[in-house]
This record gives sequence, C-alpha cells and structure tokens, in this order.
Amino acid sequence: MTERYVKVYPRFERFWHWSQMALILVLLFTGLALNGLHGLIPFGPATMLHIIAALALIVLWVFAIFWHLTTGTWVHYVPTRDGLLRVARFYVWDIFKGHAHPYRKAYWRKHNPLQAITYLALKIILFPAIWITGLMALGWNLWEDVPNAPALGALVSNIHLLAAYAIAAFVVAHVYLLTVGHSFREHVKPMITGFDKIDLSPEEEAYLEADEPARIKPRA
Amino acid sequence: MQAIRVLALCALPLWAAAPLFAQDGSAPAQPGAASTADHSKFEILQKEFASGPEVTRACLSCHTEADDQVMHSIHFTWEFEHPETGQMLGKRNVINAFCGAVPGNEPRCTSCHAGYGWDDMRQSSAQAQATPDCLVCHDTSGQYTKTATGAGHPPLAPVPDGSKTITGAKSWPVDLGKAARSAGQPTRDNCGACHFYGGGGDNVKHGDLSSALFDPPLSVDVHMSPEGEDFTCSTCHVSDQHDWAGSRYRMQATDPHGTGKPGAARSIATCESCHGPTPHPAGLKGLKLDDHTDTLACQTCHIPEFARGGVATKTVWDWSTAGRLDEEGRAIAMSDYLESDGDHRHTYLSTKGDFEWGEDVAPVYAWFNGVVEYTTGDRKIDPGQTVEINPIHGTPDAPDSRIWPFKRMEGRQAYDSGLNELVYTHVWGPDTDTALWTNFDWAKAIEAGMDAAGEEYSGEYGFVDTYMYWPITHMVAPAENALDCESCHARDGRMAGLTGVNMPGTTPFNTAGLVGLAMLLAALGGVMIHAAIRILRPAKGGSHD
Repeated sequence: MTERYVKVYPRFERFWHWSQMALILVLLFTGLALNGLHGLIPFGPATMLHIIAALALIVLWVFAIFWHLTTGTWVHYVPTRDGLLRVARFYVWDIFKGHAHPYRKAYWRKHNPLQAITYLALKIILFPAIWITGLMALGWNLWEDVPNAPALGALVSNIHLLAAYAIAAFVVAHVYLLTVGHSFREHVKPMITGFDKIDLSPEEEAYLEADEPARIKPRA
Repeated sequence: MQAIRVLALCALPLWAAAPLFAQDGSAPAQPGAASTADHSKFEILQKEFASGPEVTRACLSCHTEADDQVMHSIHFTWEFEHPETGQMLGKRNVINAFCGAVPGNEPRCTSCHAGYGWDDMRQSSAQAQATPDCLVCHDTSGQYTKTATGAGHPPLAPVPDGSKTITGAKSWPVDLGKAARSAGQPTRDNCGACHFYGGGGDNVKHGDLSSALFDPPLSVDVHMSPEGEDFTCSTCHVSDQHDWAGSRYRMQATDPHGTGKPGAARSIATCESCHGPTPHPAGLKGLKLDDHTDTLACQTCHIPEFARGGVATKTVWDWSTAGRLDEEGRAIAMSDYLESDGDHRHTYLSTKGDFEWGEDVAPVYAWFNGVVEYTTGDRKIDPGQTVEINPIHGTPDAPDSRIWPFKRMEGRQAYDSGLNELVYTHVWGPDTDTALWTNFDWAKAIEAGMDAAGEEYSGEYGFVDTYMYWPITHMVAPAENALDCESCHARDGRMAGLTGVNMPGTTPFNTAGLVGLAMLLAALGGVMIHAAIRILRPAKGGSHD
C-alpha cells in the first residue's frame, strides 16, 4: 500500500459542494429571518432571496443527481456496517486517547462509513424533506382549498423548519469535524484542489499511472 | 397563440378607454363635461327660486323619472332591508356609537337627507312627503348648501343669526337659481359636503372620509389626488338610475368578477373591479404578493393608516360623562386635541361627554364577507361585556371573506338597564324640555327618544361600553407606502390574534421551532464539549496518521 495524492473530487463535485454550501447558508440565513428568529434582513427581500436560492439549489441538485447516476459516483454513498462502529468509537472515545483515525481512504470509497451514512441520510431524507415542504409552501395557493389545509399547511411549515434546523446542526458538526485529525486547512484543501491522500494498492497505483495520469499526482 | 390572445385582451381595455382620458393621459375627463345639455341655457331655470322644492319641480319638467328613481334610493329612504340577515337597517332605524340615532332628532339629522322636509321618522320619507333634493348632488356652482338644522332645506336670505351649514360653517344665503343653472354630474364637493362630515363634524365617523379628500396630496389618496387620478367619488361609485354602487351595510368584500370582459360596464365599486384579482407587477415579487389576494382585502396593505392628511377622526366617545356643568351652571366645552392641520377638536362637551381623537390610526383587522349586522333597538345585549354595535360577518374558510381593515370606534353609551337594550335618545331640540343637549337630563332625553322611535322603555338606564366597526376603504396610499411584509409577518404583528391563516414569521418559538433550536444548540454544545475534551486531554499524535 502506498499513499498518493489522487483526484477524488472532480470539478463538478467541487462546484456542486461549494455552490451548495453558499446556497444553504443563504437559505438558513433568510429562512430563519422568515421564521421570525431574527430581523437582520427585512421579510420581503428575505422571501425573494429564499425563493431564488431554493430554486437554484433544486436546479443544482437535478444536475447532481444526474451526475451521481451517470458517473456511478453514487456507490460512494452505499451504506456499510463494515467499520462503522470503529469510526464511531473513534470519535467518541479513541480520539481523546490519541489514537489514529481507523479509516483509510480508497479511491473508489472516499468516505468513511459514518460519513457515508450521514451524507446518505442527508441526501435521501433531509434534503427531499426540505424541498418537498418548501415547494409545498411556495405553492400554498395551489392547494389551500383542500380539506384541513390550515392544519396541513402548519404541518408542512413545521417539517420544513425541523429539516432546516437539522441541516444547520449537520453544518455545525460537518465544519467541526474538519478540525479533527489533520488541520482545518488540510481538510478543506481536497475540496478545492480535488486531490486527497489515498491508500493505493500497487495495482491501483499502476492503473492510475498508466491509464489516468491526470488523476494522480507525481511522487513528491 | 394563447399568450397572444391574452395579450390582446389586456391591451383592449386600454385602447378602448383611451378616448376617455385627457391628452396628458392622467385623469379621466370630468363626467358630464361633454354633456349635450347646458343648464344655464334652460328657459325654465331663468328665474329666482323661492325654495328647494320649487327647483326640484323645475328639474322634473325635463327629468321626468328622476324623482321616482331618487325616492327609491337609500339616499332618500334611509332604509335598507338586508337580504342576508333580514334586518331592517338604514339611518332611519339603526343605533350608532355617535349621536345615537335619527328618531327624535330629525330636523338636525335630516339636514343631510337628500330631500327637503323630512321631520318625522315615524313616517317614511315618502309618507312625510319629503321632496328629493336635486341640487345637493348636482349643484356645481359651489354655493349650494343645507342648513344644519333645517330638515334638508338650504339657508335662504335672510339668514338667521347663528345659523350653520351641514359642514359647521356659518350659513350664507344660497342663490337657488344660480345653483339650478349650474346643474351637472356630482363632484366630490357634493358628496363630501355630507359624507366627509358624518357624525356632526369633519371625519368624525368614517376615519377614511374627511375634508382632506377635497384636495388631497398623492400620499393621502392616490385616486382622488389631483397629482394622482383626480377621481370624483362617482368614478368608483358608479350609479344606475340614481342607485349607487357601494354600501356599508352589505359590502362587496371581494369581487370575483374582477375587471370583467373588455368594454363591459362596471356595476360595483371594489378595488378588483378595476385592478383585477392579480394586480401586482409581473415578476416573482408580484406573484408572491398576488398570492395574498385570496386572503386579504387590497385595503389591508394599501391603507396602512386612516385619518391621514391632517384631519383627525373620533376614536372614543364616552356619553356617560355628559351633563357636567361649571360652577355657574353653564355648559363646558374643552378643545384639548390639536390636529396636525392646526385645528383644535373638542375633548369634552357637557352636551356629549368625553372624546378622544386619532390621526394616522392603524386599523384593526377582521375577517369580513361584507355582511354587517346591527344591534338594533330590539336586540338584547349583555351589559357586562363590550357590545358590538354592528358585528361584522366573515370566516377564514369562506371564499367570499377577506381580512379587512376597520376603524374600531369605542363608545360608552346609554342603554335600557331594565330591558337590556340599546336606547334612542332625544339629543337635539333647542325648544324642547326633554332634549339632552338643552336640558342635560338623561332620563327625560331617553324617554323622549324612545317615544319618538316608538320603542318600549323600562324607565331605567345605564351606560355600556360599545364597539362600532367602520370598514376602511378610502385613502389608498401610494404603492411604496403600503404596509411592509413585517408589519404582519412578525411576532405581535398587525394580524396577531386573527385565526385561520398561516403566517410565516409570527411564531418562531412554536413547538417545531423550539425542538429545532434545541437540536441546533445540542449540536453546538456537543462539538464544544468534544473540542474541550480534546484540548484538556491533549493526546499525542491524535490524527488520521
């Protein structure tokens, strides 16, 4: 096994990640203003920004879903129990004892099992929950005449709000975990350059050197 | 293709209306200005008239059906049978939170009647042989008026000392011939002379109808301002056979008909009848604002405050303190409210009690479907509670209901404490020994009022708190002065307490909000504790490597 810098975050994925980050921050900021939690931006402009950012994020996600499916990248998010407990144990216990992180990144599996299952939950539960309820809230006038509409409307708002807070909690944990292990800078860098330190078998290394030289950095 | 057709339909009314607009494209031409008749040339009007009814007879020589039409209108009958509630309403019947009621106070109250000589409410205006007053609406000479206490008759030479007009000005002798020869379509001066002074003074009653509308700046009323559309009242309140669109007893809370087909005649006076149900400019913001039109009346956002333009409206009237006299037994008058136009308004009168006034008043809001009920004199009230003089109908789930702005008048007024009913009071009567304003004796005044109204009276009276609701619909502000979103979309916003509406921004700390915040704080707390342990127990080489 050798460690080499391999491009595991292609250009689209990085674009998707950072524009998603910016949009989510805009949505959280304007959304909490719309919720009445703060008044740092007036309600009207907050509404406009929230709608525009939400629609942009949905468009981005349409592309992202297409990208995951056509490139096969979705396999990174297939959940596995293998090593899940060890990683969890590391974060709640071993880290304090100075142990090394138990997960070794492979170029076909860039997330540790805990990351993979967290991102998967985010993608198939929280994000759909917030878009669906958001679109329902946006289209309130189209269904406000159904029976029990006020109660359903309140339910939709509440799910939307809870999903938003859950995403905010994820952002907190996500950013904090960048400080665990390597330096914050080192953690962020792969999502900018695309290259991360990956364990390669001799066969993988040979394959990348020979067939995908752009994906592997020359030895230092 | 569909889009082209829609565009064509939109363009049509503009094109069709074009000839009605003046060259500068601002205001519609004065209705009647292009009339085929010039009344100053009519032979029958070339004379001196000795009385109002004499003028009316001259008018009828050509306008043969006009008196019949007028005599069937609410302006003349002061009576309205509500088709939904079945109640018999109209000025002839209702009790309000101001001077109370017309019966017993006729020549004073009927000074604003669109007729001459109605001095007994026990008879209908027709039975009393009142004559329609053409000039009060059609005089354009500007010098026609009615005497404040003359049952609708104008002041004629010689004018008695101390006589006043219906607007409270010192009377002048009216030249009836000149008025007759000036006949034309009603202007705001005609309507305003009565309607701006309802309740016995400028803007006392409505809150959104004051003398400020004779020549309002754009900021006060975009429709009536000369800088805006320069509408007269009848631009919106269209009429057919002397019957007008617009009623405070049975309002059109919304107009699903909208602007109608191009060229179709408009028969009602709602915002939507001209602006349609989706009036905001195209775009995301416009779409969002249009989303509100099935919940809110246009007035709710576009009339952010009423009593604008320098004329205050009466907000509180406490009759129970009336009758206090000074040490020498003379009536007291205090005028401690200074209006922004510089006028002082009465704050206490021995005749009427205590008053409070307001300018730029924020309305109260309520669901409203246009139906107004009245606590008529035969209705039982609960004197332990604030009595609603005119409960308004409307529910959140009804398609014809909208959230409307109202002036909520607070009153404290007399009631029959034996029968628990509101009373009619004989207030005006300089020559009677029962009128409250002359004798300051409630017992006699109520007894006389009840007698005039033909109502049963137990002989016991007390005072009860009341609310009276006045829908706010005039004084539409420029769009940029409409309410901001956060006027309502905020904690304790203007709609606080209204049910049946989902309003983002009003409840950040509901259950979901608190659970969410707890989740976020738990995450923050969790990472802080995690970080603290890492810092306090520095582990060697604790890293991926």
